[in-house]
Amino acid sequence: MTEPREVRLRPPRNAVDRRAVGWWRTRSLIATAVPVTVLAVVGALVAPATAWLLTAAGAVAVLGLGCTAFFPAWWFRVHRWEVTDDAVYVRTGALWQEWRIAPMSRIQTVDTVRGPLERAFRLATVTVTTASSKGAIRVEGLDHQLAADLAERLTAITRATPGDAT
Amino acid sequence: MTAPGDTGPHQDWRRLAPRTVLAGAAVLCGIAGGAALPAFLSLTSGSRPAWQAAAWVLAGAVLLVGGGAAADWIRLRRTRYRVGTERIDLHTGLLVVTRRSLARERVRSVDLTANPLERLLGLVKVRIGTGEHTDGESTLELDLVTRSEGEHLRRTLLARPAGTAGDTAHDGVLATLDPRWIRYAPVSFVAPLLGGAAAGAVMQVSDWFGAQDEVIHWIGDRLEGVPLPWIIAELVLLATAAGVIGALGLWIETWSHYRLEREPGGTLRVRRGLLTARSVSLEERRLRGVELVEPLGVRLFRAARVDAVATGLAQDDDDKHGDLKNLLPPAPRAVADRVAARVLREAEPPTGTPLEAHPRAARTRRLRRALGCALGPAAVLAALGAWLTPVLLYLAGGVAVVLTPLALLLARDAYRSLGHGVSGAYLVTRSGSVRRSTVALRRAGVIGWTVRQSWFQRRAGLLTLSATTAAGEGAYDVLDAGESQGLTFAAEAVPGLLTPFLETTGAPPTER
Repeated sequence: MTEPREVRLRPPRNAVDRRAVGWWRTRSLIATAVPVTVLAVVGALVAPATAWLLTAAGAVAVLGLGCTAFFPAWWFRVHRWEVTDDAVYVRTGALWQEWRIAPMSRIQTVDTVRGPLERAFRLATVTVTTASSKGAIRVEGLDHQLAADLAERLTAITRATPGDAT
Repeated sequence: MTAPGDTGPHQDWRRLAPRTVLAGAAVLCGIAGGAALPAFLSLTSGSRPAWQAAAWVLAGAVLLVGGGAAADWIRLRRTRYRVGTERIDLHTGLLVVTRRSLARERVRSVDLTANPLERLLGLVKVRIGTGEHTDGESTLELDLVTRSEGEHLRRTLLARPAGTAGDTAHDGVLATLDPRWIRYAPVSFVAPLLGGAAAGAVMQVSDWFGAQDEVIHWIGDRLEGVPLPWIIAELVLLATAAGVIGALGLWIETWSHYRLEREPGGTLRVRRGLLTARSVSLEERRLRGVELVEPLGVRLFRAARVDAVATGLAQDDDDKHGDLKNLLPPAPRAVADRVAARVLREAEPPTGTPLEAHPRAARTRRLRRALGCALGPAAVLAALGAWLTPVLLYLAGGVAVVLTPLALLLARDAYRSLGHGVSGAYLVTRSGSVRRSTVALRRAGVIGWTVRQSWFQRRAGLLTLSATTAAGEGAYDVLDAGESQGLTFAAEAVPGLLTPFLETTGAPPTER
């Protein structure tokens, strides 16, 4: 302890793309629709259990729709990222929030992933891994062009930074 | 042993020891012998005459042993390895030939293992490990070469330019076994497990011979007229005794001839084992720190064991004789600290430094969680009792009365265990009650930080800090530190990494 002063982590500089909210909402809707449909169809077919299954389907639908309405906006406020010359800094989560920091000199790989749904929203996820089995950093919901540029920039910086990454 | 085709440029290809076939065949003989009696019994139980059954069993045994030996011999013929100046190659396989090649400079550990049979035949199994963390195929196994060849491999592969280690003050033997340490064996978690296993084994074996009912009856006869609580107490006592004996035996087998030494050039070597001799060599370059582990039972006797926190230790989950990372068996705390210091080449043990306590809120969190764990089951029982039968109500009361103090004690202890600090080149974090662990991690080995905060932690002003590293478990946590306290510690422990992202409060508020 140098001096007793109160510090906290500042939020990373950049927000994720606005379209990420739409992507999260769609993902969440799909995740809700699948079990609801299954429950409803089975409920319609199996006569003795119809009431129970439809109630369950309704409960899942309400819960899923609630999450769809509530969480993406919160995620959008929390999810932020920043890349300096020395480190990658990311904040994620909602109820459980997480700040991850990895120095450039320890970065081993930089991946860009675009799932089908992400592609529809022109988004991409950049994953940065270090030598630690628990140190991977994911930046979700970036504009795909930005993500490609970022990956390229990260690769260039890591190549230029000395260190054996362990 | 060189085949005719292996002349010329392939001259340096070597093969496994031919005696390997003998070792394999002996094991198969044992298996065949063990299986013969039950097989014979089950065959004669029908109308079949004894000689016919014996012939069948014998034929089966010959087929098993002969077939196994033949397969082993073919494997031996098809396996060859080469230690070149740059790479180690291993070719093996009959139909699908696997070719594995490791860069010699990547070799980080060489382990030699020999079970009693292999020792008798002068053979060892060699496992060559690299520091790779990413793929599981990073170890190369030579299934039985001669002991001298194994030693030779170990020495040549781990030989480093002798100039690297400047101080020889820390070379030589770092720790040897003190037979009195055996007193910590029965209090480890192994004892009750072994006790349970022994009881289970009696039942299982008797079941194989169809005698399970008789065993139960026999026990019932012994205990006829004895009240039920006594029976339970007696059985528990028996199982405990079996567990203790088992734990002692296991300790003797695992730790006899234990010796931890540092070889010139910076290789740590652990040798141990009564029947199965093991030698684990660990390149010091890979060491990122040590972990002092105190399981509850062992801690009550003021003892601790020392594990290495190193990159690329072979992941050996099926190893029943303790972990490869184990540097010291449970020993008095002072000894453990001293060994930790010597392993790390430090004058003072980093694991022994006084640590900074965590805020009271962390204690509240633990107490609350303990109450939840104790009263939750009680509440469920009470609810069921109110609904079904009043007997459950008494049970609920009993559970609450017994579990609550226990949980609160553990919670208080868990809080007292929490701590973190910086000691020289190491950052130290401690946590846990049932398994208290003190990790001293080299500050230069920290390759990132993860800060985590749940909604409850945010309200209590706490956070969990993980130092990620290439070694050991990948990340080591500082649980429930104060917000400012934890961040200051992280910034101080690894200068420069976290600092640019910190702000003093009083700066314009930001959205959460």
